[in-house]
Amino acid sequence: MMADKDFEAGLGGLDEGPAASATDPETPFGEAGDAADHPTVAALHERFGAAILHHGVVAGDEHVVHIQPERNAEILRWLKEDPGQRYLYLSDVTAVDFGGGRPLEVVYQLWSMELKRQIRLKAQLPLAALEIDSAVPIWQAANWLEREVFDLFGITFRGHPDLRRIMMPDNYAEGHPLRKDFPLRGRFSRAEQTRRALSMEVEDYYTPEELGIAGDKHRHGQEAGA
Amino acid sequence: MSKRTVEYLVTRNPEMGLDGRPVQAPVVPLEHDPELTGEHMLLNIGPQHPATHGVLRLVVELDGETVVRCIPHIGFLHSSFEKLGEYRTWNQIIPLTDRMDYLAPLIYNCAYAMAVEKLMGVEVTERCKVVRVMLMEMDRVFSHLLWIGTTALDIGAMTVFLYTFQERERVYDLHEALTGARITTSATRIGGMMADLPPGFIQGVRTWIESCRRTLDEVETLLSNNNLWIGRNRDVGAISAEDAIDYGLTGPNLRASGVPYDVRRDRPYYDYESYDFDVPVGEHGDCYDRYLCRMEEMRQSMNIIEQAIERLPDGPINVDDPRLILPGKKDVMTDMASMIHHFKLVMEGVNAPAGESWFGVESSKGELGMYVVSDGGSKPVRWRVRGPSFINISALPKMVEGHLLADVITVNASLDIVLGEIDR
Repeated sequence: MMADKDFEAGLGGLDEGPAASATDPETPFGEAGDAADHPTVAALHERFGAAILHHGVVAGDEHVVHIQPERNAEILRWLKEDPGQRYLYLSDVTAVDFGGGRPLEVVYQLWSMELKRQIRLKAQLPLAALEIDSAVPIWQAANWLEREVFDLFGITFRGHPDLRRIMMPDNYAEGHPLRKDFPLRGRFSRAEQTRRALSMEVEDYYTPEELGIAGDKHRHGQEAGA
Repeated sequence: MSKRTVEYLVTRNPEMGLDGRPVQAPVVPLEHDPELTGEHMLLNIGPQHPATHGVLRLVVELDGETVVRCIPHIGFLHSSFEKLGEYRTWNQIIPLTDRMDYLAPLIYNCAYAMAVEKLMGVEVTERCKVVRVMLMEMDRVFSHLLWIGTTALDIGAMTVFLYTFQERERVYDLHEALTGARITTSATRIGGMMADLPPGFIQGVRTWIESCRRTLDEVETLLSNNNLWIGRNRDVGAISAEDAIDYGLTGPNLRASGVPYDVRRDRPYYDYESYDFDVPVGEHGDCYDRYLCRMEEMRQSMNIIEQAIERLPDGPINVDDPRLILPGKKDVMTDMASMIHHFKLVMEGVNAPAGESWFGVESSKGELGMYVVSDGGSKPVRWRVRGPSFINISALPKMVEGHLLADVITVNASLDIVLGEIDR
């Protein structure tokens, strides 16, 4: 009987989402970095001053710079275009949720092919205002990466040319799966998820833009619904 | 019906001349003729289509046979591995990694273990480093062999597929000897490997390299100067170096455009700087250059494996750290303390210090980044995979727009995508 109770409790955990992380939300990871160790960080401090909130070193040699989210596009563009930096290659854009109502972190991972330097930028967004400027005007690589973050975390990227879900279906109604408050098995019961999947119309598989290409003959379903 | 005009880029018509040598028809830009442009058509390719290499769906807007616009849809294989990882201990995540890129599972196993070891500050043993280099290079060839086989099959050359799959079968056997599994290897552990190399493994690798080199020669004989192969690949899906960097392409797709970026060379890990190998770089960035780059990469990888075999040191494969490595099975069965130790490691997992690490390796598809964030517990707060295929496929519309419909298949094949990793 005891085992059954534990099993039930375990299933409950899957339905509630993982526990919030125990880290102190105010202190960023790692040791405080010395700007002299990384020329880019020193230049960032000099150029942007107050917009650079914190600089830390994690895992031995990885430099992480926390920036003000309002100025992310300006800083990223400077990192790409300044002749002393030349971070032409955007490796990764992702987000981290620590749970417990704490702000989400947007993480940019950059690599300068010419100078062989790596840097990671982080911007914290409070849950009430999950909006940040898009990096697509700076790097095309950000296009799908930001769509993924939008889909799985619910962060809106201002100025993104095509911000729609990428992994989940367009009409997915359960929220953003990688958030800590999202249960592992989804918000709806398995029966409801199946019902929704089976009740999809042909039009649900296409974006409105694509239906526009197809012309009027595919539109009647939409009109009937409207 | 709305009408839109498109510019036809080129017409290509490779033919065989009287002397048996390929004659390339001159590239003639067609003049825009309003009579010939008509109603646009929406064509849906996939998700269940053999030439999409998985469950990729492409919605293509066509004017005649010319692609005006291509909109990829992904997510059909989405399993939320990153979410699942948040419910698993550090070692339990390893089986998830090889299910992403099932074409080169060992590279993913190793990359993940390396990221977590970096986060924990663990330095693996010398033998483990060399073994991992050897296994990663073996799987690079393993993956490229599938690529060349299926790409040729997509374009209509069946023979190459049969040749390369024979060689892949030998690698499957090596996987099986090492781990007991053919695809889902799960070979690494935090701090070492699941097992040391089995007896006869090195000899097996040597035999495979010998026969694989011969097979590659045969494949090159079949393809490199083949008129149809050249006609379908040359000048198709070309992307300039600037665009390739801007779109974040990595791996052979980037190097084919002439950018010599290889993580093994630029941010060396596991003493790659001490191995002697070349990074092949293309010139035109088209499908043919990608083919040449991958063929050369396979040969270079086999050179690296041979060097790794030469320098393979004796000694333990796992680090000597009881916090990470399970005690020996004999001790567990006979010694109470070891049994408790075993139980705690399996049930509670290994704790990683609070912190994070972003670790990039060169996988067969491009730069594979593993980002792990820990709050000091035995499970990650966030485990993120920067999949190279995911970024590479996002440049597909850029490469195919303006080309013919048949080229969509060629370009898609030449990007060497694996949907398990795109959708994760």
